[in-house]
Order: sequence, then structure tokens, then C-alpha cells
Amino acid sequence: MLARVTTFAIDGVQPRQVWVEVDIRSGLPSFTIVGLGDTAVRESRDRIRAAILNSNFAFPNSRITANLAPAFLRKAGPGFDTALALALLAASEQVPSDGLGDYAVFGELSLGGELRDSPGALAVAEGARRAGCARLIVPRERGREAALVEHLTIVAVPSLRAAAAVLAGADPPPLPSAGGAVRRSAAAPDLVDVRGQQVPLLALEIAAAGGHNLLLEGAPGTGKTMLARRLPSILPSLTRSEAIEVTRIHSVVGVHADGLISRRPFRAPHHTISPSGLAGGGSPPRPGEATLAHHGVLFLDELSEFQRPSLDALRQPLEDGSVTIVRGQRSLEFPSRFMLVAATNPCPCGYAGVDERCTCGEVDLRRHRRRLSGPLLDRMDLLVDVCRPGAEELRAEPRTSSALTLARVADARERQRRRLAGSGARCNGEMDVRVVRSRVRLDGDAELELGRAYAVGMLSARGRHRVLRVARTIADLGRRERVTRDDVLLALSLRQRAAAEPAGI
Amino acid sequence: MKQSSACRRCLARSWLLGRLAGHLDRVRDRLEPLLELEDDELIAAVAGRQRDQVLREHAAFDPEAARARCAAAGLEQICRCEPAYPAVLSELAAPPAVLHVAGGLERFVVLSAQDSVAIVGARRASPYGLGVARSLARGLGSAGVTVVSGMALGIDAAAHQGALDAESATIAVLPAGAGRPYPASGRALHRRIQALGAVVSELAPGVPVRRWMFPARNRIIAGLSAMTVVIQARRGSGALLTARCAADLGRAVGAVPGQITSPLASGPHALLRSGAQLVAGPQDVLDGLFGAGARRVPELQKPSLAPDLQALFDAIAEGHDTRAAFERAGLDPDRGLAALASLELAGRVRREAGGRFSAQP
Repeated sequence: MLARVTTFAIDGVQPRQVWVEVDIRSGLPSFTIVGLGDTAVRESRDRIRAAILNSNFAFPNSRITANLAPAFLRKAGPGFDTALALALLAASEQVPSDGLGDYAVFGELSLGGELRDSPGALAVAEGARRAGCARLIVPRERGREAALVEHLTIVAVPSLRAAAAVLAGADPPPLPSAGGAVRRSAAAPDLVDVRGQQVPLLALEIAAAGGHNLLLEGAPGTGKTMLARRLPSILPSLTRSEAIEVTRIHSVVGVHADGLISRRPFRAPHHTISPSGLAGGGSPPRPGEATLAHHGVLFLDELSEFQRPSLDALRQPLEDGSVTIVRGQRSLEFPSRFMLVAATNPCPCGYAGVDERCTCGEVDLRRHRRRLSGPLLDRMDLLVDVCRPGAEELRAEPRTSSALTLARVADARERQRRRLAGSGARCNGEMDVRVVRSRVRLDGDAELELGRAYAVGMLSARGRHRVLRVARTIADLGRRERVTRDDVLLALSLRQRAAAEPAGI
Repeated sequence: MKQSSACRRCLARSWLLGRLAGHLDRVRDRLEPLLELEDDELIAAVAGRQRDQVLREHAAFDPEAARARCAAAGLEQICRCEPAYPAVLSELAAPPAVLHVAGGLERFVVLSAQDSVAIVGARRASPYGLGVARSLARGLGSAGVTVVSGMALGIDAAAHQGALDAESATIAVLPAGAGRPYPASGRALHRRIQALGAVVSELAPGVPVRRWMFPARNRIIAGLSAMTVVIQARRGSGALLTARCAADLGRAVGAVPGQITSPLASGPHALLRSGAQLVAGPQDVLDGLFGAGARRVPELQKPSLAPDLQALFDAIAEGHDTRAAFERAGLDPDRGLAALASLELAGRVRREAGGRFSAQP
């Protein structure tokens, strides 16, 4: 007997349809799986045998051949267990095989026959709908996640026995109720927790409004990380399609608990991270932190401590909004459009400019600055210095909240969306030179001031564009059609220091 | 570039210092008396087991080869036997036998005959010290006084920079090889000093830098200058050595006061305590050199500021950090930041590491 079941392999973050075929015929009892599976797939033979027996089914005492098609696609992980088991049961006529064509099946099996929680359910559900399957069998824990995909009936079952019952005509069990309430009640970090820090708060608002990458510089303990963590709270919430994209990525990597992710991701990898950990890679290729931060914030604390190759790996995602990984003849693309926020000490000891406690010489400072400079710094539109808040500021009432700021940010984003329609950029931070030239209008005074800054050498040509982008965002926050002189001056004060500028003199 | 007319004896002395550079490094605590010795005495004092060999090499010294090497490095030479040799240097106990000059010997001779002021200080200086050094040199330069320094990182470089800002000549004295910048990161500065002034060294091109050459260089800086001003020096700093040389020569010594809590101020304050002249600006230096009011620093035209900018500038000049300065000037952060950018554009403040701004004198 031959039975065929549809399932999905996860290739990068995309689902690829896989047909599980099981053939049972008389001969010496054996169980072979072919079709480019990895160790986890080979080991699934033993899981399946135990699961079938422990579910009170019979394990056919014959020659069993299972094939995972297409044969050229490398298949990794234990997610094929359930599909293999059900195909085997159908081939041995223990479950009816006539309805099986409507189903896609996904999930790992335990020896006891339970369907185990497996990463990537959302991607599989999307694949199932695209492949025209009517129903999808997933582990019970992943029911709500898979149900995010519309026009697909999700059968979330706890065990192989229950799955077989549904195939035999039983009603599918109801979807598990929302367990996400617990998660959502944990309050997101909010700007009301911030005392003082007026200048950094302003910079944070501008960065959020224009989607600008931001560099925070300041002595240890001044609140750089605290500020960066609050950036997602003032970013406009994810649209449904963005949220599904983010949920799919997080689900594939296995860092997602349940339901739809509604909060923008905030990823803060440690500075010892490898290039492939940051940009994605490995075998099979897995998304890196840059992809986990897709539609959210990637925060690099202690920027100067990151290895140069890791930082270089971020160039492509910053440029294209995605990472391409080539392995053999295949190339995978991971989406990674994020806001980059980095924090650094002003000097190796951290106290430069604060007081004469700084023990770094000019040579140290130069080395530190050289480590920071380079292509990554080129993408930083905003530089803000974070200072320790004063004692009276710590006691004062908060000046703002995330909700208030978010309203202004959303308004500014809407203005940008209208102005940038058709330009390829979605916010000011994404404007390239051509778009800046065609869509940013300055009034006379602003033009004059910018010209002066350029003439006295405060700006490089590239720096001029950065200032223009930021000034445009400041004008958007102030609901001005044209960029004014004050907007340019404010943008100038938040600019990066020119790389060529010597440290002290 | 005319053919070097330095005499054989002086060239041989210059060669000998290079030859014994390693030996001299081992006895550097008794450097000054050593430099006063005659050639053969010097060899006897420091060459040790190599004594005979060095004596032989010294006897066989070929001045033409030395002249050619110097010309090949693009340098000119002047020896202490020549009439054009700076008279101010002859007052040193051990004037350098030969000076190697980059940037034009004639200009160096002219400059060294005029009044010049040495500005020296710490390599690891604070923004305050760097700002003062630069503006002091700028003021002196615009008053026509040549600034002499050692082109080291920190105060020295800032002093040269300030003089160049005023498009005035400045003299850099390097420990070895005037043709190559030391430190090597000072390439741009080295080029600009050569274009407007001169770079000189006692040692011939090609001799590697040794520790003893720094105090030796400092005596030349003091010797070339009518006054030596120290800005920021920790205890035991080479800048204090320069000041002592100047005092030994009977030249004026000035010091710029600093914050009493800063270790960088301990050097200048010790000098002030022992009678150095307090220097708070270029006019103090001019008064000390030429008598009160004899020469004046040309007034720099500083355009007046709008009231809110002036309030902010004053707050920063008083040493408040950015946040406190906004508060004092009554400015919101966004207005305040824009005002800071205006002040920066006007060259009145500078942005320092850590988000502070400093007022530019």
C-alpha cells in the first residue's frame, strides 16, 4: 500500500512543500527513510515506531520505505514525524486515506505519541494555504499561532491518536483559548520611567519619527541602555502583515511563545556575537539577530567592543533591508529591516568629557574613534550624548510618556508617508541622495545656514545629507512643510562628528 | 637649496651623537654634562667596550657623505661655527653642533633672530588645555611672535595649530630627523609647519628616536625662545624640564593656571609658586616680553551675539554642562540645541567628547 501526506520543510524562514510517501509491502521487516534528511529525520524512525505502538496502533511487520520529496531539498529537524506516522498509518490502513489529500501535517512526536511543540508553525500554515490545503494538523500549543492564517482550518491536536481520530471523521477539538494575556500584562518599558535626559529624549523621538539610526554616547551608567529599550514603545505599532512576518520569523527560530506578536521586537545581542549570529548563517542557515529585529530595533551596546567582521556583516541588511545567504547552489534571503541603535562610551575608560577622571591619552582616544568609524557609522543619522541626570531631575516628575510621544511620532510618520509616496522610501531615514534632493524643500534661511556649516568644514558631503534627512524629520514633527533654519540647526547639533576631525584640537 | 657649508668638526659631532644614541640612552640621567664634553671625552665616557671602534670610525668620518645624506632627505644644515647660527642657541651650555632644518634654512635663520615664545605642555591634555594652547598661540601669532614647540601630541600640537590658524610662522623642534614627522600621525601638521615655518632637529636624518633625545630637544626649544609658557604638565613632565632650561638661561618662564583639583595643573602651579609669570592670555606674554602695553594683540572682531545666544554662551563659558547651561539660559532642549549649533557655527563653542561644549577663547 502507498499513502501520501503533505507537510512543509522550513527553508530559511520560508515554507517549502514536502510530500511524505510511505510504501508498505511484504518482505524482510525494515523501515527506511530516504530523501536528504538530516540526523533528526533519520532518528524519527525510532520515535515513530514507539509513538505508533504507544498510541495503540500496530506497527506493520513488513518492509517500509518512506520518501520525503522533492529529493533535492535538504530536510532538517523533527517536524516531519507526525506526517510520517500518519502516512504510515494510512498505508497500513489503520486510518482512512481518502480524506488525507485535504490535510497538511506538521509536528514532532514524542515516544508516547504526543505531538510536541515545534518551531515554525506559522510559516507552515502560510505554506499550507498557499499550497491549497484545506486543513492543517499542528501540535496543540501551536494552534493559535497557525490560526493567524485565514481561510485554513486548523486542527490542533495533542496526540497522534487524536489526529487519527480527526482523520477518521471525528470533530476537530476546539482551538486552545488565548494564553497570551499573561504575556501582554507584563508592561512594556515606557518613557515615564525616564527622569531628566531631555536632549536624549528629543533625539529618541526624532529617531522614532524618521526611522533614523541612532548612536548614543555617554559614560557608563548614564542610561543609554535604559533609553534604547524604550524606543519600541514610541514606534508606531506593527501592521497586521508586519506582525505576521515578525511572528513567522520568531516562530521559526523558536523564540516565540504564542499568538501574534504585537510589540515591535527589540534585540540586544551581546558584543561577543559572531558574524553569522548577527546576520544569520550556519548550516542549515538560521536567521540572525538582524532578522529577529526585523520591523523592530537592533541595539548594539558597547559598539566598539563588537568584532569588526560582525559589524561588517550588518552592512548588507542596513543597505538592502535583507540578508542573502548562499549555501552550495541555493541562496536564502532573510528579511531584516530594522532601526539600528548603538551605544558606546566616549573613550576607552568611559569618562572623557565628564571630568578629569578620564585617564585616556589622545592615542587611546584616536584608537577608540577609529574602531567606531567605518561604514556602520555612516548609517548613523543621529548622535546624541547621554549625561548623568542631576539629583533634582531624579526627583522631578516625568516630563513625557510613551503614549504622548507616540502620537507625535505617528503624525510625523503619516506626513512622511504622504510626501514620500512613490519614492521607494517609507520614512525620512530611508531617503537616499536622490530622494533627498527631490523631496526635501528648505526655506532660504535654512539653505544659508546649511551652506555655512558646509563651508566652515563642520560637515562632509555625506554628513550634509544626513543633516538634511534629520532636519526633514524635525520639520515633520513640527508639522512644517518646509525645513526652517531652526530645524537645520537642531539637526546640526545632533550630527555625528566629522570622522576627519582630530580628537582634541 | 644651497650646498651645506657646515664644517667637518660639527658634522662629526652630529654623526657621533647618532652613533652613540644607544649608549646615551643608558646614561640618560646625567645627560647635560655629557653633551658638554668634547668628542673624544664623550666617547670615553659612554662608548664602553666599543670605545676603540667608535674612535676609529670617528677619525674616518666623511663629511661629504653626511652632507649628501642630509640633502637626500631634503634637509639643510647649519653648524655652530657659521655666523648665521642662531645667537640665542649659543647661550646654551651645549649648543647643538648642527641643526637640520626642513622648510627653508633662510627662513629659520630669520625667525630665530626674532622674538619667539615656546608653548609646551602635556601630551595627555584636557580640552581646556588644548583650547588655551591653541588660542594663546593664535594670539601670539597674530601679534607677530613666533611660537616654538615640539610637535608632540596634545599641547604642543595645539600650539602649532594655533599659530598656523593665525597664518603665522612656527618652529617645531623634533627629537630626531626633522624630515619625518614625530609622532608619525602628525604628517599633516608637519607639512603645514614646513610650509609656513621650519622644523628642526639636532640629530641627523635616519637616526631612530631614543628617550634621551626628548630632554635634549627640550633644551633647544628653551634656547630658541625668549619665554617659555607651560600649559598643563603633570609632575615630572618634560615640559617642566623645558621650563627649567629656560630659567637656567635666564629667560622668562610663564605658566597657565588650571583647576586645582586636576593633576594636570600641578606642574604649572608649582612653576607659579616659584615665581613664574601667570599667563592668562597672549597679552600677558607680550607684556612680559616687551614691557606692559608695549605691544598689543590685534583685536579679533567677534560679532555680538543675540541675547539668548549670549546667555547660553556665558553659561558654557562658566563651565556648566549642556543641561545646566540650557537651564541657566532658560532654553528648551530643542531651542537650546539649535542655539548651540549656531554658536558652534560661529566658532564660539566646541563640542567635546561626552556631550559637553567648551567656550572657545
